[in-house]
Amino acid sequence: MYKLLLCWRYLRTRWIALASVISVTLGVATMIVVNAVMAGFSNEMQTRIHGILSDIVFESHSLSGFQDPTWHMEEIRRAAGDSIAGMTPTVAVPAMLSFQVRGQWVTRQVMFIGIDEASHARASDFGRYLQHPENRRQLSFALREGGYDTVDSQSDAPGPTRPALEGAGWPYRRMRVERERLWRERQEQERAAGPVRSVDQQVDAVLAATEPAEDAAADRQDPFKAARPDEGRTMDPAQEQFTGVVPGIGLASFRDSTGVDRFLFLPGDDVKITFPTAGTPPKAVSDTFTVVDFYESKMSEYDSNFVFVPIAALERMRGMIDPQTGIPSVNSIQIKLEDGVDLEAVRDRLRKVFPADLYAISTWRDKQGPLLSAVDMEMAVLNILLFLIIAVAGFGILAIFFMIVVEKTRDIGILKSLGASSAGVAGIFLGYGLFLGTVGAGAGLALGLTITWNINRIRTAVEWFTGERVFDPSIYYFFKIPTIVHPTTVAWIIAGAVAIAVAASVLPALRAARLHPVEALRHD
Amino acid sequence: MTDATGEEPLVRVRGVKKSYRSGGGRLEVLRGVDFDLEPGGFVAIIGQSGSGKSTLLHLMGLLDAPDAGEVWLAGRRVDDLPGSQRDRLRNTAIGMVFQAYHLLPELTALENVLAPLYVRHSLREWLTAGGAARARARGLLERFGLGGRLHHKPRQLSGGEMQRVAIARALVAGPQLLLADEPTGNLDEESGAGILEALSELNRRDGLSIVLVTHDTAIARRADRIVRLAAGRVEAV
Repeated sequence: MYKLLLCWRYLRTRWIALASVISVTLGVATMIVVNAVMAGFSNEMQTRIHGILSDIVFESHSLSGFQDPTWHMEEIRRAAGDSIAGMTPTVAVPAMLSFQVRGQWVTRQVMFIGIDEASHARASDFGRYLQHPENRRQLSFALREGGYDTVDSQSDAPGPTRPALEGAGWPYRRMRVERERLWRERQEQERAAGPVRSVDQQVDAVLAATEPAEDAAADRQDPFKAARPDEGRTMDPAQEQFTGVVPGIGLASFRDSTGVDRFLFLPGDDVKITFPTAGTPPKAVSDTFTVVDFYESKMSEYDSNFVFVPIAALERMRGMIDPQTGIPSVNSIQIKLEDGVDLEAVRDRLRKVFPADLYAISTWRDKQGPLLSAVDMEMAVLNILLFLIIAVAGFGILAIFFMIVVEKTRDIGILKSLGASSAGVAGIFLGYGLFLGTVGAGAGLALGLTITWNINRIRTAVEWFTGERVFDPSIYYFFKIPTIVHPTTVAWIIAGAVAIAVAASVLPALRAARLHPVEALRHD
Repeated sequence: MTDATGEEPLVRVRGVKKSYRSGGGRLEVLRGVDFDLEPGGFVAIIGQSGSGKSTLLHLMGLLDAPDAGEVWLAGRRVDDLPGSQRDRLRNTAIGMVFQAYHLLPELTALENVLAPLYVRHSLREWLTAGGAARARARGLLERFGLGGRLHHKPRQLSGGEMQRVAIARALVAGPQLLLADEPTGNLDEESGAGILEALSELNRRDGLSIVLVTHDTAIARRADRIVRLAAGRVEAV
């Protein structure tokens, strides 16, 4: 009874002890906030990695891939049984993407990925990350007649952040084609109004005008021309598109400091992509494609690297279709499993069936193992460092308690003279430590949760107050700081803080317990 | 173990020796003390400073253990008891009053009086025993004229009031023996006289056995018997 009473009285009257309570509070609050933000970032990252990679990736070691994806998918289904929810074949090759910005060619290294329009969205979250609502429902590589999102569909931030996408699609393409036509006409007019041509030039022009057209000559020489009516026909870019591609949004845009996305090219623009053929040795081939949408997973590694194209077109252009049988080859098969199925178990089953020297079979976690391990290690190191804050608070408690034991030596003697046991006296200080730890951790819990739940408001306030960006969306591609509070983590933090407070009070408590009552009573 | 009258002493001290480390050697404070206190007796122990009277009191109060000899309380040898039993005896059978009052500054007068009972009872026991304990403590404080000072902290009380609170605290657990170490040493004459009167009354009216340590012969005369200590030995009874 006296232990409780004295703990309570000491807590109320020894204000110096509150200094250590504040340390514990700040330590606990910091750990809760940092863990919540780290868990939020980690979760966002894992969601996006998983979103693009599907559950299990079945790959060929060779760039030329393996033949007959249909047979492979049947074998996979036979090996994995009912656990498969969906599969889709893909072809991925390194490529160079080139596009024009104000007359200058810009080239980027990319991963050119052929996907099946019908099945790819079922095997991954691919569809979620597109900018046109219709494409999110069902992907199409046909250019849309406008309607692209001008706000980030994955963000609840108010106001348009991508005003450039408002006219994207066919309206933009027609306008661009018209503008280019007008520009060409003006160039020609300027050339026509230029200096008088030389005699040689005038002769050449007459000869060119009177010479029969090459096409007509070719028509006469080529007996198969009638079978290829479109060959040589000039395409009308205002009415037609090339094969559609969906590049990552990071290839096409950059975000300025106000959070508005600026675009280097838009849906409706044409780009050139150079990639290797499937033969040995591979040869570089190049073709023109029309951008039909943007892919935005919020993982800059993907958004600045991936360009998606219809798998059939890529297989054809790379020469991956057997000319005799018409059977295509693919690089990989993305496998989505039913909810709750053990990924590792299915992966191991497939590994037993398919030889490892021909196929690489891995879960999405295996594929991103080093990255996920690095994030986990980062969190562990950060937690250790932050826990040192609470450890420092523990040393504060230790010092303050020693001071209190010295100050209260005579009181300890009095209690012993009244019959208090040594264990009881130690219990006063251990209880006092427990009180301080609990009060500090409780206050830290309240503070930490309040900060976590209002972190974006606090961020806004800090940005308003300092005029500096605390969380730059051009870096993170998130409009708000993601947070997740794991109750288990919070419980461990609280338990750790209380344990440190109690542990810090053990030595002072032992010292108090060992005081001789007569000497304690004589203490001044 | 009984004395010549056939009555068993409440306190019996036999051949008690006690020394303390002092500088490089040992200082012998008690060199074989024999002492008896009959039930209901009032004995004053006198002697000069350093004669060992407070040490003897601490040994009787089980705050310290002798180097040699025996201490008996109510027919039971207590000097060699384990710590927990000594703690229990200190709480239930012995009340102590000190020159410097030794009240707990964080507690009020009433709480200070209740302190031995706080030590005795757990929180659950207190829920049932607390009411009676409070009533008893309040009654004791009123008996000593402190009915209006129940909720005052020690710093708000005079020396005499603090010593009366200390006496009430020593009595609240219903002890068999009251040990008073220079209880008037820090008080003015009038307050000191009041304290001595209170102790005499407790002995006369309630039959409480008291051992009073003092260096003042005039104060010692209040007791039934005087024991003089000199150089660690009983010089005269």
